[in-house]
Amino acid sequence: MKRNWLVWMPLLALAFVAGLAIFRLANPNTDYVSSEMVGKPLPEFTLPAATDGVEGLTTANFRDGKPRMLNIFASWCLPCQAEAPYLDQLKAAGVEFHAIAIRDKPEDVAKFLAQNGNPFVRIGADQDMLVQLQLGSSGVPETYIIDGKGRIAYQHIGDIREEHVGPLLKIYRSLK
Amino acid sequence: MIAELGLAALWLAASLALLQMLAGWAGWRQASEPLAALLRPVAIAQGLLCLLSFGALIWLFYITDLSVLLVAANSHVDKPMIFKIAATWGNHEGSMLLWVTVLALSSAAIALFERRLDKPTLSAAMMAQAALSLGFFAFLLFASNPFARLDPAPQTGAGLNPLLQDIGLAFHPPTLYFGYVGLSVAFSFAVGALLTSNAGASFARAMRPWVLLAWIFLTVGITAGSYWAYYELGWGGWWFWDPVENASLMPWLAATALLHSVSVLASRDALRAWTIMLALVAFAMSMLGTFLVRSGILTSVHAFAVDPERGSFILALMLLYIGGALTLFALKIGQVREGKLFRLISRESAIVGNNILLSVILAIVLLGTLWPLAAEAMGDRISVGPPYFNKTTIPLVFLLFLLLAVGPLLKWRGDDARSLRKLAIPGAVVIAMAVGVWATNPGVSLWAILGLALAAGIALASLFPLLGRNLLRTPLTIWGMVIAHLGLAITVAGMSAESGWTSEKLAALAIGESAEVGGWTVQLTDVTPVVGENWIAIEGRMSATSKGQAFVLTPQMRQFFNPTQQTTEAALLTRWDGQLYAVLAPATSDKREKWQVRLWWKPLVTLIWFGGLVIAFGGFLAFLGRLRIRFRRKPEENVWKQA
Repeated sequence: MKRNWLVWMPLLALAFVAGLAIFRLANPNTDYVSSEMVGKPLPEFTLPAATDGVEGLTTANFRDGKPRMLNIFASWCLPCQAEAPYLDQLKAAGVEFHAIAIRDKPEDVAKFLAQNGNPFVRIGADQDMLVQLQLGSSGVPETYIIDGKGRIAYQHIGDIREEHVGPLLKIYRSLK
Repeated sequence: MIAELGLAALWLAASLALLQMLAGWAGWRQASEPLAALLRPVAIAQGLLCLLSFGALIWLFYITDLSVLLVAANSHVDKPMIFKIAATWGNHEGSMLLWVTVLALSSAAIALFERRLDKPTLSAAMMAQAALSLGFFAFLLFASNPFARLDPAPQTGAGLNPLLQDIGLAFHPPTLYFGYVGLSVAFSFAVGALLTSNAGASFARAMRPWVLLAWIFLTVGITAGSYWAYYELGWGGWWFWDPVENASLMPWLAATALLHSVSVLASRDALRAWTIMLALVAFAMSMLGTFLVRSGILTSVHAFAVDPERGSFILALMLLYIGGALTLFALKIGQVREGKLFRLISRESAIVGNNILLSVILAIVLLGTLWPLAAEAMGDRISVGPPYFNKTTIPLVFLLFLLLAVGPLLKWRGDDARSLRKLAIPGAVVIAMAVGVWATNPGVSLWAILGLALAAGIALASLFPLLGRNLLRTPLTIWGMVIAHLGLAITVAGMSAESGWTSEKLAALAIGESAEVGGWTVQLTDVTPVVGENWIAIEGRMSATSKGQAFVLTPQMRQFFNPTQQTTEAALLTRWDGQLYAVLAPATSDKREKWQVRLWWKPLVTLIWFGGLVIAFGGFLAFLGRLRIRFRRKPEENVWKQA
């Protein structure tokens, strides 16, 4: 037997393929790719108030040791209206919200808040979508959970529905 | 009733497979003569029962018996008849039943037609084949019963994926399956040869036609699949290095290598261990392909019928069979006597070169297909696509083609390099063409130019084995080789022309406006709604003119019902020198003033698939040649008749 170690090589290759296959079967494919920004600190920004009677938003507002949610919305976005009741539910459960209004006019934001309620403490205006891009958000609505040090803990893409309220609260409370 | 009959036939066939395994064992160990005598009838009966079972399933789809779960989930009362029948294998359970049926038919075919292999090896091979069948019977009966009933029965059924409602797709999977599963015969023969340590020239001669047959089906299946992707997906490409395409390419590469090495073993009794290894690898690739498609562990355009649990079952079967066979190989190959040796310049050397290159290409494709998985296991997400595959495989393929020109001109055992002097003519043609084309076509990629020139060279060189022969008395097997190699040259010419000289035009056209592409003027004359049997569509009418000739093209955007899905139906105008390919996309605004139109002129593109069919035809001629040789033998040499 002069080829005695070589003859086992194909079996080794099979074991390698099998290892990969078992890995994947144990960790099934998901369509979901989580954002690179999760786990990183918020980008530095200072935004003016989105409408009269609210205050603007800056990164420092997230660094006082208290976790918050950051809602990205726009008055012209229908799903943002649809998620309003669930933001209220979250607020009632003790969540503190800040928000950023995207490409919006002050009078439209005021009308939106009058119609759908205002669960937000501060609302910044992001006219050029620059902060939105820096946050790694690609549309409205989206909701971030930010820990007390201003770090992004979670990103929820799309409108918040009834079934999302519980899981979001769980993440939020785990940060306290 | 029919469903229960089909299921009963399946159970009966499974028990016969068990009996076949025992009888095979008895024949191999020469243990019990009465038991061993059962081998042949049992194998034939098993094949017939599977055929009955598969026929029952086709019948259920034919009459659209919606009380059968599989029919309800994959068919619909309003579907055209041909696709009702094709839906039989257009789903997981049905296609696995087809797999098992082909496996059992292979056993039956060995029992009916194999007369050369010595009896112990043949019995051991039949035992291995039955063991394969048993695993897949278990999979079918316990994890994917195609005959399960649905109570209460629904009214209409869910329908078949519209992308699969295409005549090309109706026949592409069965053809590939015959190829995939046909390679199981080579696998079983190799296992048999390992068990009896008998892997000489007669073993290779027995195995060769089976490999050839499976290879022909694989070639046709891949060619058909490529053409389907080309015209149905509407992307204008013919090969995407999609994991599932690779899954069909890998067994083909292994089978092509095997086809050549088995010739060396048959003619010269060399390359024994290597040929056995390739036979095992070829079927391993078939199983890997099935596993990749069924388990959905790779992201692919073929991601239908995906189920991780069933994936685990196939993985377990694969590890059992392939792991078992490779272990057997490692333990027993030392006992297989070494074959004959040969000199460096000889036909054997050229074929060894062919085998090494094909194996390296196979390894590259395998690695690229699995790499995203490996990367993810290490915490990274990547996808591997054409840039990797093209860069790594194309240079090797060019080397392979050079060998292809040289190999058939060399004598077995050892030859003089002088016999290659004939190649001066094709060599000069290649160089002259490459320089000429390069000088007159600035900006075309060098690979495309080289490919075209090399295609001309291979076409010439492939005819050389016919030189000095009486063409009427030339054996069919030689004709087969010549024609298959010529087919490859045709395919390469098509690929090179398509990749180097395609012109593309994206335009937004209002009705009455026109666009120019590759010497054609295409005018959008009208956009109208049309209605089909189970779809409605928006159809563009285009008038294409070139050199005074006018043609009408009608690309569609189809909306299927049951299930609801949109597809693009490209319009193809085939001329001798290429194809005009037109795709209609939605209007640019709600007012529907302008329509997005995508046009390609693809010179000589049809040669790709024509060449593929020529390759398969060459294989078919060689197969006929082998059959003639085989059946001219006297009946008393039939091993089944020997005591």
